[in-house]
Amino acid sequence: MLELRNLCFQVSDDADARMEAGQSREIIRDINLTFEDHAFIAITGPNGGGKSTLAKLIMGIQRPTSGQIIYNGTDITQMSITERAKLGISFAFQQPVRFKGIKVRDLIQLAAGSAEVGGSKVKFPDICDYLSKVGLCARDYVNRDVDASLSGGELKRIEIATIIARNTPLSVFDEPEAGIDLWSFNNLIQVFEEMRLESDNSLIIISHQERILNIADEIVVLAEGAVQARGQRSDILPELLKGTEGCKFYRQPASTK
Amino acid sequence: MDEIQKNLLEQVAGLHEMPAGAYNIRANGKSVERSTTAHIDIVTKEDRQGIDIVIKPGTKKESVHIPVVLSQSGLTEMVYNDFYVGDDCDVTIVAGCGIHNSGDSDSRHDGLHSFYIGKNSHVKYVEKHYGSGDGRGGRIMNPETKVEVGENSFMEMETVQIKGVDSTKRLTSAKLAEGARIVVTEKLMTHGSQFAETSFQVDLDGEGSSANIISRSVARDDSRQVFYSKINGNNRCKGHSECDGIIMDRAHISAIPEITAVHLDAELIHEAAIGKIAGEQITKLMTLGLTEAEAEAQIVNGFLK
Repeated sequence: MLELRNLCFQVSDDADARMEAGQSREIIRDINLTFEDHAFIAITGPNGGGKSTLAKLIMGIQRPTSGQIIYNGTDITQMSITERAKLGISFAFQQPVRFKGIKVRDLIQLAAGSAEVGGSKVKFPDICDYLSKVGLCARDYVNRDVDASLSGGELKRIEIATIIARNTPLSVFDEPEAGIDLWSFNNLIQVFEEMRLESDNSLIIISHQERILNIADEIVVLAEGAVQARGQRSDILPELLKGTEGCKFYRQPASTK
Repeated sequence: MDEIQKNLLEQVAGLHEMPAGAYNIRANGKSVERSTTAHIDIVTKEDRQGIDIVIKPGTKKESVHIPVVLSQSGLTEMVYNDFYVGDDCDVTIVAGCGIHNSGDSDSRHDGLHSFYIGKNSHVKYVEKHYGSGDGRGGRIMNPETKVEVGENSFMEMETVQIKGVDSTKRLTSAKLAEGARIVVTEKLMTHGSQFAETSFQVDLDGEGSSANIISRSVARDDSRQVFYSKINGNNRCKGHSECDGIIMDRAHISAIPEITAVHLDAELIHEAAIGKIAGEQITKLMTLGLTEAEAEAQIVNGFLK
């Protein structure tokens, strides 16, 4: 179970050149959310609404200005990324990172093997399995570097394969659909459905895509750094699909600027 | 040979025992072991230190190992090795130098390797440099490589220096004939207060010749590195050089690439990039459960692999 308590995140003027000296901007405003185990939750909302920041706060890539993050009863607010990863949280980057000299095989082995460097080696059939789930033929990819020679779409699929390989109780995906072509997108939906069916793991997916929202159990709508709505898909999705114009969740709170 | 020398030999040439094929092992300034084959002859020079390696035309799938080890502190030597590779050969040449210095005076090995490669041949040349020992004396190596690549021949050169060499100046120059190719891959890591200078000069003289020079380096602690590469396109040719440096701690790296085209159909490119390890690379590996230090080690090892 993951619990966010009074979570706030501000950036000061040093971090944001658009602001005048002394000002700070709230990206996440007092968020309280609880995610039960074996949940499939989609977080959606307008651009700049704080979705990616929220995902990064859960993984520890950003630290909250105030508030607490409780994971399975442990306060992880001050824990490093590594410690959270070892507790069983995974994170798929919106823009996956490239490495010169690290092969697809190495990255998946690091993800799947024990967390220690040089830990138990993952066998080729397993790597093959992870890659085929994201629609890549292992033979063509295992020995390629995770570098600029891969296209954005290939890189994104490999990123998702590392999360499948990790197989942790909680996985957070930051816009998994970004940069993926239509064919892979169908595949991606299947990947999430399988992850949902084949394990008790929880998924939190940041997404704008109707078809991803359509397979989630619950939807959280985030705008202006705050939770605008949360509920069962059947209650939230029809409202969202009325279009942003008429959507009550997208009606922005009065601007504070 | 003693254990220290055997260890050096393993580090620079990957040898646990005497290699198959031709070899010449030089230890503390003398040739200690030598073997020749029906196609590869090794002859001691009479006018100065060094050997001539003569590879007959048509020699295929053979190798020559000529490692040098120095374990006597304070030894300084200059060695000239000449390689004559005939037409239609396909050979692998493994050189390399290991210095173990546990004394207080500098140990130094300077070498000039000259390659004369005939037509339609493929030469793979591997050179590793390694230093060990905890003496205050420096471990110094200054290798120079001169290559003449004949018509339609291909020279593949790999140089590696990962550990323990305090000071190195390496100069590689190549002249390419018609249709000749050269690919150089350099892997370099410096630490402590080490200094390394690399300099490449390639003359693409022949029509249809090409050169690709790829250098990857990591500089840690207070070490300094300078990378020069000069490619001259004197005919219809292709030349590319790439220097990629990771800088850590208080280290310095300079990259000074130069390309000159004196022919309308010369296509020359240089790329140089220096920077610290990207923070997001460390973050990604930490999300896989590695600590920051483990992530850094993975990235550096991968980069230099």
